[in-house]
Amino acid sequence: MKKSIPMLFKEGILTNNPVFVQLLGMCPTLATTTSVKNAIGMGAAVIVVLAFSNLFISLLRKLIPGEVRIASYIVIISGFVTAVELIIKAYFPEIDAALGLFIPLIVVNCIILARAEAFASKNGPLPSFIDGIATGIGFTLALVCIAAVRELLGTGMLFAAADGSGGIPIFGDWFNPATIFLLPSGAFLTLGFLIACVQKIRNTAEERALTKAIEMDAIEGGYHATLMKDPVSGKVIRRSSYREPAPAEDTAEEILEDPELPAEKAENDEKGAE
Amino acid sequence: MSSIFMIMFTAILTENFIFSRFYGCCPFLGVSDKPSTALGMGMAVTFVMTLASAATWAVYNFLLVPFGLEYLKTIAFILLIATLVQFIEMFLRKFIPALYGALGIYLPLITTNCAVLGAALVNIEEGYSFVESVVFGFSAALGFTLAIVIFAGVRERLNFANPPKAFRGFPILLISASLAAMAFSGFSGMKF
Repeated sequence: MKKSIPMLFKEGILTNNPVFVQLLGMCPTLATTTSVKNAIGMGAAVIVVLAFSNLFISLLRKLIPGEVRIASYIVIISGFVTAVELIIKAYFPEIDAALGLFIPLIVVNCIILARAEAFASKNGPLPSFIDGIATGIGFTLALVCIAAVRELLGTGMLFAAADGSGGIPIFGDWFNPATIFLLPSGAFLTLGFLIACVQKIRNTAEERALTKAIEMDAIEGGYHATLMKDPVSGKVIRRSSYREPAPAEDTAEEILEDPELPAEKAENDEKGAE
Repeated sequence: MSSIFMIMFTAILTENFIFSRFYGCCPFLGVSDKPSTALGMGMAVTFVMTLASAATWAVYNFLLVPFGLEYLKTIAFILLIATLVQFIEMFLRKFIPALYGALGIYLPLITTNCAVLGAALVNIEEGYSFVESVVFGFSAALGFTLAIVIFAGVRERLNFANPPKAFRGFPILLISASLAAMAFSGFSGMKF
């Protein structure tokens, strides 16, 4: 079951998005999306941890005994989380202050354990590393989507720093920010509506696929009301545009002969006139 | 004494683990389909979180601090919690089978519940004493149980609701959680 690299990216970001489709990792998703900057910081931390823990779990997958694999995964993951935490503390203190305990809590983020169990423990190091990056990007994009909605409606700005300065005002002065979007209830509300949108899109796609399958079935069976399968070319065509093949050849010959008929008639008419 | 009361009140209501801090949202949304299962999960979390708060406090102050290894607290705590959960499971199965029957299936889920690790880390962050840590762990877990049981009741009613197709399942749950969170944010005006 080998998957190509673009395929892995498509799955991690779109079709199998960890937040919107798999509904994993809800705690950081709800907690760290008060501003786009926080969301990007959190997402970057998760990308790094996910990629490297996937890589190492994949490298060690044949050495880890099955009974203690979850515990081993947690140790590997928490090693990387500690490294990332120290780096963030040292170089990005404002992100550390804004995200608080959610950096160390990446250890118990279900997305990372889920990818370790479902992918890295069964695949080679390179695909696992790429899968980690792809899933991490999917997570980050989901976080940025939620954070953009919350920050825009909650403050009227985008890309503000943790203390609320430096934001780019999107709406003019007439906009009255709805602070509820920055509160916990706004987090639940935004995520609920966004997942509903995703479900709507998926339902529509499913319905379309289903309708198409039913139509194809009807066309194959020859009992579709308006469409049918051309017996010669096998293409789907309208019933109204279909002509029986044999008479069609006759008419073609007639059409070939036809141009002569008016000419003869015209000649006869001229003779008659003379 | 008043500080103990304050810690309890804050942990249960004003800074409820689910509705204000967002620790433990996965079991909150996953295991809250019936009040009875929610109560079982809540009890298991309360049990583990109280013990874990005590154990992590002890390990941090008697083991990590003397050796200057504070930066290893995440690894140490998660290992400690995993071991503790395993140990509690074995102990209950052997000595209190009735309680094991009630909590058993929830115990393995608790290792990866961020509420337990979250409580342990908050204890260290806030610099709580041993008693304060235990009280905080216990009352935060009570707040978690309160939230999850209330929400399970809401969820039972949701089963009879008829939302638009796109909202069925997870989205309508999140939107009702949003309303519940709004109710809990009413307590935030009562900060001491």
